[in-house]
Amino acid sequence: MLLLSCPFCGPRSETEFTCFGELVPSRPADPNALSDSDWADYVVLRRNLRGVQRERWWHGRGCGSWLVVQRDTVTHQISAPLCSPEDAQ
Amino acid sequence: MQRYSIFSLARNALTYHQNWQRAWRSVPLKPAYDIVIVGAGGHGLATAYYLAKEHGLTKVAVMEKGWLGGGNTARNTLTIRSNHLRDVSIRFHDKSVHLYEELTRELNYNIMFSQRGMVDLVQSSSKLRDLRRRSMAMALHGPSYNIVGLDEVHRLIPAMGDLKNARLPPLAGVVHPEGAMARHDAVAWSYARAADARGVEIHQQTEVTGFLRDADGRVVGVNTNRGPVRADKVALATSGNTSHVAALAGLRLPLVTRNLQAFVSEPIKPVIDVIVNSPDTGVYLMQSDKGELVIGGATDTLPSYRQGCHFQTFEETVAAMLELFPRFKGLKMLRQWGGAIEFAYDASPIISATPIGGLHVSTGWHSGFKAIPVGGLTYAHLLATGVAHPLAAAFGLERFRDLKFLFEVGLVSQR
Repeated sequence: MLLLSCPFCGPRSETEFTCFGELVPSRPADPNALSDSDWADYVVLRRNLRGVQRERWWHGRGCGSWLVVQRDTVTHQISAPLCSPEDAQ
Repeated sequence: MQRYSIFSLARNALTYHQNWQRAWRSVPLKPAYDIVIVGAGGHGLATAYYLAKEHGLTKVAVMEKGWLGGGNTARNTLTIRSNHLRDVSIRFHDKSVHLYEELTRELNYNIMFSQRGMVDLVQSSSKLRDLRRRSMAMALHGPSYNIVGLDEVHRLIPAMGDLKNARLPPLAGVVHPEGAMARHDAVAWSYARAADARGVEIHQQTEVTGFLRDADGRVVGVNTNRGPVRADKVALATSGNTSHVAALAGLRLPLVTRNLQAFVSEPIKPVIDVIVNSPDTGVYLMQSDKGELVIGGATDTLPSYRQGCHFQTFEETVAAMLELFPRFKGLKMLRQWGGAIEFAYDASPIISATPIGGLHVSTGWHSGFKAIPVGGLTYAHLLATGVAHPLAAAFGLERFRDLKFLFEVGLVSQR
């Protein structure tokens, strides 16, 4: 079981968190300017890395904050302090 | 190919089983083939077999970085079923069940197919609506999926507890008589042997490390750890790692890889002769011929290539099982494993050409064991003719561009 160090609550069990998958690019500012296939790519394409990736997690059963977790998808090792999405940009 | 029968068994017994032929050859790697299939799992091998059988294409090589059938074919829970929701998925998987029924005879190899039926337990009213809808959708296409009352559920699964104190007491059951299991190794081995007998080459310990491209960017072969191999067409059947392999060609796919774990108990006397599934609590189990209970859980929520035990899911799965079967609390668990399974964005499979010429993918198999025969049949059709098989026409990559998603909730993809 993973232990995630929430910047607000300290080390907490992963059961308090929900993983929302890899960090995807921000929503295009003007979707109408995109072609259909570019829009579909934004919606569905994922890098699905085998290795270190950055993910969006939600501390839903804790402080409720959205966090960015840098995690290895093979070993599940967390390799950077958790931070808010704004700090991750 | 040496045929297997009671007579060949008796004949070889006389020579102390020293003279059996190898089930498939190990031949030198050639510099070029018509078609290279990447991944010698169930889908890759079945594709090779149907390329040779249905289309007469035998200049085919199957590349495998490890050993044959050692990926997700060795890491699943053997279940074969066709209780899907979408019309295309029902027809597709129903065909697969029918191919499985004939496979032992067709390939002259005992895959230990056991059509024992499957019982889905309904433990919430929303699940009852969901499965009723699925039952009616399936009634249009042939396979059975019948809602039964609790008396019948207890008759079919006498090992279950009285469930008076269960958190989610069952309301009803849904019986899928076509539900079956088969020996996973035997499926890979039988297809490998039959494909090899028709001239297909299987190259184990041959890892694809990149792709050969021509001036137009078309894929014209693969680089391997044993040197480059040219091919008119390259077909990925690399379940779990398809994003990783496709990225070597610069292709991104709408996939997420997750861990699906299972474990087996110590062997016990026969107690359950159907496949029991509880989609509401996330556990399913069956008893193997060896007497071990094979227990599977829900998919891990986080993306993962770990192929191991994720303890949170393990704990939830065991808790769900003990709620239904309190008498199993004394059982020891012998082994556990995880498979790296892929989900497409809409949880339906992808059998498709790609925007890169010469490169094809078969992926999105989050419960792909049951689809091995039909996956191979339709993928071979696409590779040989360039046109999608009628059963798999809806599974092209273009459905994502056109937003024609085939949202499917499989039994392992509840989350």
